[in-house]
Amino acid sequence: MIYEASYVAVAIFFAFVAVTLGISFYLGGKAKSSQGYFAAHGQIPWFVNGIAFAGDYLSAASFLGICGMIAFYGYDGFLYSIGYLAGWIVALFVVAEPMKRLGKFTFADALDAKFNSPGIKLAAGISTLAVSVFYLIPQMVGAGVLVQPLLGFPHWVGVVIVGATVIVIVVTAGMVSTTWVQFIKGSLLVLFSGILTVMIWARGFETSEGGDDGHVFRTLSFDAEVPQDQWPLPTDLAGGSVRTLNGDATKRTFIAIGATMWSVEAVPGKMILHEAQTMQKRSDGTVLVNGEPKGVKKGEPELHPVGHISKLPDGQQKTGSLGPLSFFSTLQKSEVVLWGKDTVLGENGEAVTVYFQKPTPGSQVLRPGEHPSFKGIRSEKLLDKLNFLSLMLALFCGTASLPHILIRYYTVKDESSARKSTIVGIASIGFFYVLTLYMGLGAMTSGSMDVTDSNMAAPLLARSMNEWLFAAISAIAFTTVLGTVSGLILASAGAVTHDLMSSYLKIEMSDHEKVRIAKISSVVVGVIAVVLGIQFKNLNVSYLVGWAFSVAASANLPSLVMILFWKGVTRQGVISAVLVGMISSLGWILLSADTFTGVYGLSADQAIVPFSQPGIVTIPLGFLTLIVVSLMTRTK
Amino acid sequence: MRLSYWSYITRNFSPEVKMQTHNSRIGIVLFAVYLLLYGGFVFLNAFAADVMETTPIAGVNLAILYGFGLIIAALVLALIYGFFCKLTDDEIAARGDK
Repeated sequence: MIYEASYVAVAIFFAFVAVTLGISFYLGGKAKSSQGYFAAHGQIPWFVNGIAFAGDYLSAASFLGICGMIAFYGYDGFLYSIGYLAGWIVALFVVAEPMKRLGKFTFADALDAKFNSPGIKLAAGISTLAVSVFYLIPQMVGAGVLVQPLLGFPHWVGVVIVGATVIVIVVTAGMVSTTWVQFIKGSLLVLFSGILTVMIWARGFETSEGGDDGHVFRTLSFDAEVPQDQWPLPTDLAGGSVRTLNGDATKRTFIAIGATMWSVEAVPGKMILHEAQTMQKRSDGTVLVNGEPKGVKKGEPELHPVGHISKLPDGQQKTGSLGPLSFFSTLQKSEVVLWGKDTVLGENGEAVTVYFQKPTPGSQVLRPGEHPSFKGIRSEKLLDKLNFLSLMLALFCGTASLPHILIRYYTVKDESSARKSTIVGIASIGFFYVLTLYMGLGAMTSGSMDVTDSNMAAPLLARSMNEWLFAAISAIAFTTVLGTVSGLILASAGAVTHDLMSSYLKIEMSDHEKVRIAKISSVVVGVIAVVLGIQFKNLNVSYLVGWAFSVAASANLPSLVMILFWKGVTRQGVISAVLVGMISSLGWILLSADTFTGVYGLSADQAIVPFSQPGIVTIPLGFLTLIVVSLMTRTK
Repeated sequence: MRLSYWSYITRNFSPEVKMQTHNSRIGIVLFAVYLLLYGGFVFLNAFAADVMETTPIAGVNLAILYGFGLIIAALVLALIYGFFCKLTDDEIAARGDK
């Protein structure tokens, strides 16, 4: 799709960013010591901290990734919402109060409270950096996604803008301003998502034959006995050559009539063709859209927006406003046109990407197991089911192991505040996750989706409502990225300064020097995040976050839990568990089918490990390592 | 000498900490309750996915109802935990007053 900047949207967007930076600069002057820089002097009120939890946690993955996955595949994206929220139960009931009691700046403090071991600090510091950088990638990808439709810039410009802005925020102020940025962003995100959801209910559903640009996706029907070259074609297609093509991934049959592409539906005695869309990147650098050179401004050739309902219950054309339950029960009995993707070879032998219609019953849209990542749910093979179980385990265990979430426990004054702020966090985050299902399904049926990019779903849904809402939602989503990235960079800076340089390398630093080192670390981590965000731009952000959760849960959770519940834990056991959990989960991800296809561009068959999500193997491996090594190294 | 976390904090911290360990034990019980609910959801999806397609209430399928239920259950259990811990907080505060 072609994205043109809207002046209203740009004005609101920059107003948001300006306010955010203003707060940052204002509060920055109040945090001079390292205690202030890393932990906001432990003086953040518990309610503010609770909403800031939401601001920290509800990242680009939650807002863009989950909504996008639901918009393109249905219910499956909501499984992430459920898993992400469930993780907070571990945080509240197991980790929150001990973390506050035992630590000061980083989660390594809590792990090391009993041992005072530089080795634990080193291992935990490296793990913090690995998890934070992994988590940063999807945030930066999300940033690029947001800026594209809003400002009309290419993806990489968005990534650079976020990187630069966050570095300014973190370098100028640290945890105080980061907390308030997260508080404001968390409040606005939940509020505006609520408004958007009410508007989705009020709009209800309406049948159509295409997206909101007015283009009607046609359906042609021929007698199966009539040869292709004798089909009675509409006048605009008459005379075009008719060729049969086979899809590479789905093995579907497509028919090219002149420059237009059609997917074939086999019905007894009939040959039914549904209009598809194509995109071809040619070797000379030009891009063809539906057979024509891609335009650069509105009105010129582009892929049509998609996402419509083809049938409503009882032959209705329009439902009128719906309630929270009738929204689902109506969709359950409707038919939605989803879109698939495949590749065929064009006339000149170059690959052509085909986007084709998939009319899907609502009951199928609202059931789990339709997204490729969750297809294991409906598979007969145990290995496929293990992939699903593994992801859900990682989501459950990952939240309480994320360093940027754990450091937020040091910003409140005591354990009671830590607990209360977690409860506030669960309430606001849970409310938001309920809304993701409505927003995702609302986007699916809004007629405004970009068929090439699932991450765009939520902002484009808002644009289908009105320009002001689009501007506000985009700006909030952008500050969403700012808030989360700030937290991640601060966690990384804390790990470098306290765990690696001060505790492990024993470098004597004054308070002022610690803050300076942290700021330098922030710049370095920020630059790395920008580079990786540009590299990984084609992966769904929620999927990437799933990996970060797996690494966090495998590396950090075994030690965090065992140190609380088993007296036999030794220093060597903790170090081994952190390193084995981190290396095994990272290694598993790098050798998985999803990475082979999504990152290396290789076939899934060449993958080394049997399924893509590592948690179900590497989390128990972390526990096992800790127990075995602790038993081997315990003193008599 | 090896110490469990509980014995470590009991020996090294104030008497109030013993009451905090009581809170933590409530947390573990509530955690176990949620683990059962979450585990039930995950295993139903994995091994009886068709059950999730049934529509027991108001034409809404079980996948959505159970999913929303898990989110609401998380909040309810969190509030129960907060309530019991507040009793402990109040007791500690009362002892401090004396």
